Amino acid sequence: MAYTEEELKKELETKEYEYGFYTDIESDTFPKGLSEDIVRAISKKKNEPQWMTDWRIEAFNVWKKMEEPEWANVNYEKPDFQAISYYSAPKKADPNKSLDDVDPELLEMYRKLGISVDEQKKLQNVAVDIVVDSVSVATTFKKTLAEKGIIFMPISEAIQEHPELVKKYMGTVVPTTDNFYAALNSAVFTDGSFCYIPKGVRCPMELSTYFRINEGGTGQFERTLVVADKGSYVSYLEGCTAPSRDENQLHAAVVELIALDDAEIKYSTVQNWYPGNSEGKGGVYNFVTKRGICETNAKISWTQVETGSAVTWKYPSCILKGNNSVGEFYSIAVTNNFQQADTGTKMIHLGENTKSTIISKGISAGKSQNSYRGLVQVNSRAKNARNFSQCDSLLMGNECGAHTFPYIETKNKSAQIEHEATTSKIGEDQIFYCNQRGIDTEKAIALIVNGFSKEVLNKLPMEFAVEAQKLLEISLEGSVG
Amino acid sequence: MSLKEKLVSSFLAFENRVDIDNPVHNIRSQAIKNFEAKGFPSKKEEAWKYTSLNSLQKIDFSVFPKQENALEYKDVKKYFLHEIDSYKIIFVDGIYSSYLSETTHDGVDICLMSAALTKPMYKQVIDVYFNKVASQDESLTTLNTAFSREGAYIYIPKNKIPKKPIEIIHFSTGNEAALMLQPRNLVVAEENAELQIIERHQSLTDNEVLTNSVTEIFAAEHAIVDYYKVQNDRATASLIDNTYIAQKNSSVVKVHTFSFGGKLTRNNLNFYQNGERIDSILKGVTILGEKQHVDHHTLVHHIEPNCESHQDYKGIYGENATGVFNGKIIVDKIAQKTNAFQQNNNILISDKATINTKPQLEIFADDVKCSHGCTIGQLDEEALFYLQSRGIPKKEAEALLMYAFANNVLESVRIPELKSRINKLIATKLGVRLGFDL
Repeated sequence: MAYTEEELKKELETKEYEYGFYTDIESDTFPKGLSEDIVRAISKKKNEPQWMTDWRIEAFNVWKKMEEPEWANVNYEKPDFQAISYYSAPKKADPNKSLDDVDPELLEMYRKLGISVDEQKKLQNVAVDIVVDSVSVATTFKKTLAEKGIIFMPISEAIQEHPELVKKYMGTVVPTTDNFYAALNSAVFTDGSFCYIPKGVRCPMELSTYFRINEGGTGQFERTLVVADKGSYVSYLEGCTAPSRDENQLHAAVVELIALDDAEIKYSTVQNWYPGNSEGKGGVYNFVTKRGICETNAKISWTQVETGSAVTWKYPSCILKGNNSVGEFYSIAVTNNFQQADTGTKMIHLGENTKSTIISKGISAGKSQNSYRGLVQVNSRAKNARNFSQCDSLLMGNECGAHTFPYIETKNKSAQIEHEATTSKIGEDQIFYCNQRGIDTEKAIALIVNGFSKEVLNKLPMEFAVEAQKLLEISLEGSVG
Repeated sequence: MSLKEKLVSSFLAFENRVDIDNPVHNIRSQAIKNFEAKGFPSKKEEAWKYTSLNSLQKIDFSVFPKQENALEYKDVKKYFLHEIDSYKIIFVDGIYSSYLSETTHDGVDICLMSAALTKPMYKQVIDVYFNKVASQDESLTTLNTAFSREGAYIYIPKNKIPKKPIEIIHFSTGNEAALMLQPRNLVVAEENAELQIIERHQSLTDNEVLTNSVTEIFAAEHAIVDYYKVQNDRATASLIDNTYIAQKNSSVVKVHTFSFGGKLTRNNLNFYQNGERIDSILKGVTILGEKQHVDHHTLVHHIEPNCESHQDYKGIYGENATGVFNGKIIVDKIAQKTNAFQQNNNILISDKATINTKPQLEIFADDVKCSHGCTIGQLDEEALFYLQSRGIPKKEAEALLMYAFANNVLESVRIPELKSRINKLIATKLGVRLGFDL
């Protein structure tokens, strides 16, 4: 049977969210609403020191004065911040108990997701810090990492155990005043991961975190802080899947990366929050602030595969502060049905001889809107800055849209900047070419879509590639061979 | 009194002076209301992110020219394309100069907006075209609409081609300490018509001038319009140029913008393709120094299938100059088989020069070929060395490379005399004498 683009489109539209299930775990949930008392209560619940509480309160006060941003190319119903419960922890969870004591229901949930902790542990050599509704319940490989002096733990524990590190670095890249959602996150974040790689250490395994939203009506406010000390290297993976929910859920995370001199951080994300059903009902709002700072000779590389969420608003950025630092951004964003994505990056060149690369691939199908929004800024002191940007969009069907908003600001004459963008569909001639060489239409589409995204998929670490492929399949099953 | 208040309060006096019974009275009153509500655009607006009008608003511009000022042809001859014969529509401080102009009604109408707006014989054309493509809510365009009285009126009937190119020049003599001008042009090319227009704004002294100009161009089926904008003004002259172009089936409109000087230049170039097999061509060369600022803001709206657009903007920025390029291509859902290309290349030759560029695509149709490219770089060191090693001094070698850089924009200029004039301007701008024209 010939597989036409029409059929693919139809399949994309009707494809239901496979991971939409709901695990019944008793949760310890705060009443809905946000006030200073709630912020204090979260801090108290987390047993935080005074400075942390003050930091949260300050962020909350800043947030109260801010307005929700309107500039993104997305339309959605504004979340009611008083109708969200800001804290939810699975009741039986106890960070000190071993993996065997973990609630069997949770393990079942991971099994369904195909990320069995045991399996990950044994087969894939990946240390997983699993976050379910804001509290880490299982941390593996801690010992191996500890031998190297690597700290990898939930941020709430890090606040207790390594307050000096957290205090020194938190909020330095994404200040509490940065934007509406970053301020909100700073006030109410409940958990997340903290990672510190000491001087000259090369992290022997891929660090990985899974975020899930489970309890209905709870927003998830994760805070991730990765610090790579001088000359160190770490590859960090983050994956998200969320169960099916009718009401919109809010996800406002903050990720801060700090790469000190000669350090390298590779941060990969596969995002597959619930995108809403084929009528555009439900789905997760994903408003994330991700930013990294590079000191001299440091490198930060962002790779993301965005397939989920009803609304995505995300710009992983690099501040290239040190001389010779390098920033990279590789992204695939797939939107389908009524999904909207406004994503891209910011590369701020401050140091001399700084380099940045941006490769962004957008695939829109159904009635979705997919935007690339990026900024390349070369400061007057950033001599010999170099940037290459490429944004390609693939349109499937005539009801979707692809948009590009690249901002390029240069204040230095020695800068070399290239930007190119293309928009196209899968050409009839391309399909014909494959057909006449005996490749049927289904395979041809798979081939073309695969080739289109290959540049970015190649950047994913091996351990993650399987998962990424799996998640991509939900959006583009039948086309990715 | 702020400039906005001044303009709004002068409106009544202006209306009384021109003619309350004028057919466009309603359009004007509507427009001033919009401007009053919106005011001057601020940097907070996305479209004006990189260009600030604040300093201009602090200047005490006189809004009406007080007297007619005569100019001798010999004094201003150099600003004309005097090597060839042309129709001329010349304004001095916003007032038509019959002495310097050469208009015609012989088969085609090349004359004045003031006449077209008042005389009954033009009413039919004004009713159909006036203020029909210009924005009804962009504040500066509506400001111009409110004060629209004078400018060029060009009407080319079916199958006609004027014998010579048309020059529109606005001189400001500096009789006023600071003058604001608001010319309003209307160009209609009917089926199969063809014409060439050269537009220039020139101030003759160092007194402040602010020009807020609106031009509407209508190209009917198979019409061909070539529009050349030469912007080489003094460092005290600011220009906000709003050009709106509506095209029908198989028409070709080319707009060339040569920005070589001026305190602040803002070019809003808007193309609307209301038909099939349309070609829209936007080209620009910008060479700036001192503390000058140029902002190219283009929009090509592909509304119907099977059309093309080509944009090519080259910029060379030295000293403290600031350049902005903001190109937007919108492809509507039904505009399948659209080919839209956009290219913006820039060279920075000074540490203090700045370039901000934002090539933007908004695409709603799937069967299209759209691309944009944008580069910022320097002159090629090796090419420079090659030329120097063959005995060409560095300055000339640099100029030669910049010529080459700008050349493919110049190639499409169809008036040879204009092309060599532009070449000379570039040579002057770069401070070299080259013994040849490219």
